[in-house]
Amino acid sequence: MADFQGKGAQSAPQRRLSWNDPDVRSVVYQVVAVFTVGVIAWFLISNTLHNLSIRNISTGFDFLGRESGFAIGESPIAFGPENTYARAVLVGLLNTIRVAVIGIILATILGTIIGIARLSKNWLIAKLSMIYVEVIRNVPLLLQLFFWYAIITETLPGPRQAVNLLPGVFMSNRGIKVPAPTDHFAFDLAAIGFLLAFVLIFLMVHLAKKRQDATGKAFPVYRGGLALLISMPLLGWLIGGAPLELDVPKLQGFNFVGGATLTPEFAALLFGLVLYTAGFIAEVVRAGIQAVSYGQWEAAGALGLSRSQTLRLIVLPQSLRVIIPPMTSQYLNLTKNSSLAVAIGYPDIVSIANTTLNQTGQAIEGIMIIMAVYLTISLSISFFMNWYNKHIALVER
Amino acid sequence: MVAPIIELQSVNKWYGEFHVLRNINLTVKKGERIVVCGPSGSGKSTMIRCINRLEEHQKGHIIVDGTELTNDLKNIDAIRREVGMVFQHFNLFPHLTVLENLTIGPIWVLKKPKAEAEETAMKYLNRVRIPEQANKYPGQLSGGQQQRVAIARSLCMNPKIMLFDEPTSALDPEMVKEVLDVMVGLAEEGGMTMICVTHEMGFARKVADRVIFMDRGEIIEQNTPDEFFSNPQNERTQLFLSQILH
Amino acid sequence: MTTATESLPPPTASTGPIGWIRERLFSSPLNTILTVLSVWLILMSLPPFIEWALIKANFTAATSQECRAGGGACWAFIGVKYRLMLFGLYPYDEQWRPLLASIFLIGLIVASCMPRFWNLSIVIMWPVGLVLVAILMWGGILGLKYVENTLWGGLPLTLILATFGIALAFPFGVMLALGRRSRMPAIKTLCVLYIELIRGVPLISMLFMSSVMLPLFLPEGFSIDKLLRAQIAIILFAAAYLAEVVRGGLQAIPKGQYEGADSLGLSYGQKMGLVILPQALKIVIPPLVSLFIAVFKDTSLVVIIGIYDLMQSTKVALTDPAWRGFSIEAYIFVSVIYFVFCYSMSKYSQNLESRLATGHKR
Repeated sequence: MADFQGKGAQSAPQRRLSWNDPDVRSVVYQVVAVFTVGVIAWFLISNTLHNLSIRNISTGFDFLGRESGFAIGESPIAFGPENTYARAVLVGLLNTIRVAVIGIILATILGTIIGIARLSKNWLIAKLSMIYVEVIRNVPLLLQLFFWYAIITETLPGPRQAVNLLPGVFMSNRGIKVPAPTDHFAFDLAAIGFLLAFVLIFLMVHLAKKRQDATGKAFPVYRGGLALLISMPLLGWLIGGAPLELDVPKLQGFNFVGGATLTPEFAALLFGLVLYTAGFIAEVVRAGIQAVSYGQWEAAGALGLSRSQTLRLIVLPQSLRVIIPPMTSQYLNLTKNSSLAVAIGYPDIVSIANTTLNQTGQAIEGIMIIMAVYLTISLSISFFMNWYNKHIALVER
Repeated sequence: MVAPIIELQSVNKWYGEFHVLRNINLTVKKGERIVVCGPSGSGKSTMIRCINRLEEHQKGHIIVDGTELTNDLKNIDAIRREVGMVFQHFNLFPHLTVLENLTIGPIWVLKKPKAEAEETAMKYLNRVRIPEQANKYPGQLSGGQQQRVAIARSLCMNPKIMLFDEPTSALDPEMVKEVLDVMVGLAEEGGMTMICVTHEMGFARKVADRVIFMDRGEIIEQNTPDEFFSNPQNERTQLFLSQILH
Repeated sequence: MTTATESLPPPTASTGPIGWIRERLFSSPLNTILTVLSVWLILMSLPPFIEWALIKANFTAATSQECRAGGGACWAFIGVKYRLMLFGLYPYDEQWRPLLASIFLIGLIVASCMPRFWNLSIVIMWPVGLVLVAILMWGGILGLKYVENTLWGGLPLTLILATFGIALAFPFGVMLALGRRSRMPAIKTLCVLYIELIRGVPLISMLFMSSVMLPLFLPEGFSIDKLLRAQIAIILFAAAYLAEVVRGGLQAIPKGQYEGADSLGLSYGQKMGLVILPQALKIVIPPLVSLFIAVFKDTSLVVIIGIYDLMQSTKVALTDPAWRGFSIEAYIFVSVIYFVFCYSMSKYSQNLESRLATGHKR
């Protein structure tokens, strides 16, 4: 170690610990910050443990193994009061996923249509979509949910006078009943046909591209794909014997029997979530399409590409870059907003965790379950989005 | 007498109430190289954009290579296949490589096999002297290089007519020459009908067969470059020339 | 020819009302079908709605049977219940106080939106305004009768939750944003953890957490009232989203600004306070307004933990056995209130955005 008064010192002067050294300050700040957070956390946790013990509330997740003792209004898997709390939480999770997935699909379709309609040259269509978007976005979602729930439970008539617009579909204040396929194996074959169609579509697209590269002749993949999606399930159903029996709801006594039900809670939640999120998705889609400069349309047109080719090959790939990040954030919002189910009585994860924590008194564990579920969903969606963004970023200097 | 390749007869166009093209009459012979100049707002870009239907004219007739330009989509497509356009802001497709930009037209419109399209693309990339950029993305190229790619992209469609809408106006001064050189090369090869809206008078003097001056929607004067620059007839032409040739 | 040809009017089929209709409504077969469908849709839904809402509606009935008799909307219900819906359980005679408080809050918000106040006056206006509102609502001094906050409700409460929420979240959110951009790993990590955690969970879970867990966090003998718990949850929630909005603004400031301030020898605090933050905050005003609108709408969630905001007092008004079954009228009334607030704010924000954008163009 050289002495800094030495002549021709070979190594750097010795650093003295000084407050003026930015590194020293940085370390001090961080230590202070972490220490403060730690002290606060310790304070809160010790208070909590103390309060829990004087109120005789246990901690830990053992309660999950106990019998729940309550029933759940609707569930995709069998559930009764004799099942455990863990199973109840599972039902809540499945219910949340069910409404989120269906909601996301429907909201995307509706939102995209409205977003495109906003840009239409047709004045009426453009204005109507604008009114829709402005009204939907400026009224709280909770209010909209209450509104739809009130419409279903108050204005729809009782089952005996149910509204019957389409054959087999009955709308009453007990929910919406639709015909469901029976257990006949023909319907299973139809489902297999549907899945097979996707495999065949993949093959078709691949072969069509090869042929186009080689000979220049294009194959109508969209029409072919549509044909496959319709014909394959149909084929399956025909092979199974083409049964025409459907489980149609029939009025028996005070309510319907048979068929599939959409409860008022599920229907109101789905309806409200889809309409609300579609309003936001419409704006995202509109911004995405407008982000592609008009010059791109012109250049493609000047080359002779048709409007649909231009849309497919030039405009959509560029607008998707702009659309996908805010779109996924809307999907996330829809999933988080599904937690409002607790206000209208749909048994999603928040509602069930709430019941659980009221019954066991173990509030902290209950809330931790809720937060863990939503954090997992949010973080996975964020990860996906970051990956996607890096993957498709336009290459620049 | 060979039929003209482009003919504009009493063409009129309005933007709302604004009369932007007033009674335009123009005939262009095959292989002719025309430069259109004029103050901004004179309608020169609008006029050439009517030729490939990027703008619609409300009155009059436009006939390109024997086909009249109407609302019939088949006619429009047929005409666009024969007419290439180079834009002021290049309008390259940023999500495709340079090579893909050049082959997208031949593959999807001319239905060429991929190998053939790529061969043509490389030929024209060599022509505009940037073959090494084939696999880069437009965002990675300079302005001059992008415009040269844009020219090559139009050439890949084998057009009979090339329209240039202020091709060098958006370029930094040091890049204007490389683009003009390509255009001069194209003109000197002969055979290609070229209509160029530009302020580059040096280019006009070098290769144009005819210079057209437009002002406020009308064709005021047209002449050979020598006559046009040394002997402008109309006082508006004289005013314009005095402003740009200083 | 040296004279210009005179400008001719365009052919009638392409302009004027006929041209407009052709261009905008019937320009192609698809458009024609869509126009016809839309008109049909409007004709199917609008007249029955107007009939229900206005023609057959009853504005003055005294009892619910009389009101229902007409078969249309019962707006008399609103006439009877509006004070309950708007002011909650606040003592009837003192309701001028929440009304005044609401006006102050609205005034505060409107003033903050006007560029001429974007300087030190805003920093003074807010604390003064909020203190005034607190005095009006609570009372107990200056000769005003004391009204405990369990009786507060309705629109003033919604406004209070939203404005106090964002106002108090502001300093916290700015600090989080600065912390997230810091190069000190411990601080950056703490801020990132907080922001991502809060943004990943729904507001409901935050409300539950604060209403159920906050009492457990406090030492024995201390308690927090319900309204404060909800307010804390909203503040913590808004701070995380605010932090992200401010971070966007900080990122948009060119590096040259930071360097200029450093080269002048300004300390971190001076640099941020005098140079960076004023510019960053101005840039992010539009997303800030969107955030405020979102928080304003989200205050309706406090219904779930039993606080009497505008939504909850409406629900309570609907439980009156003498007036049952008028949910639709009540919800429409409340929707209109929310809509008027949110729509004006968002329109203002768009207007502001276009005004500010021109300032940035060179």
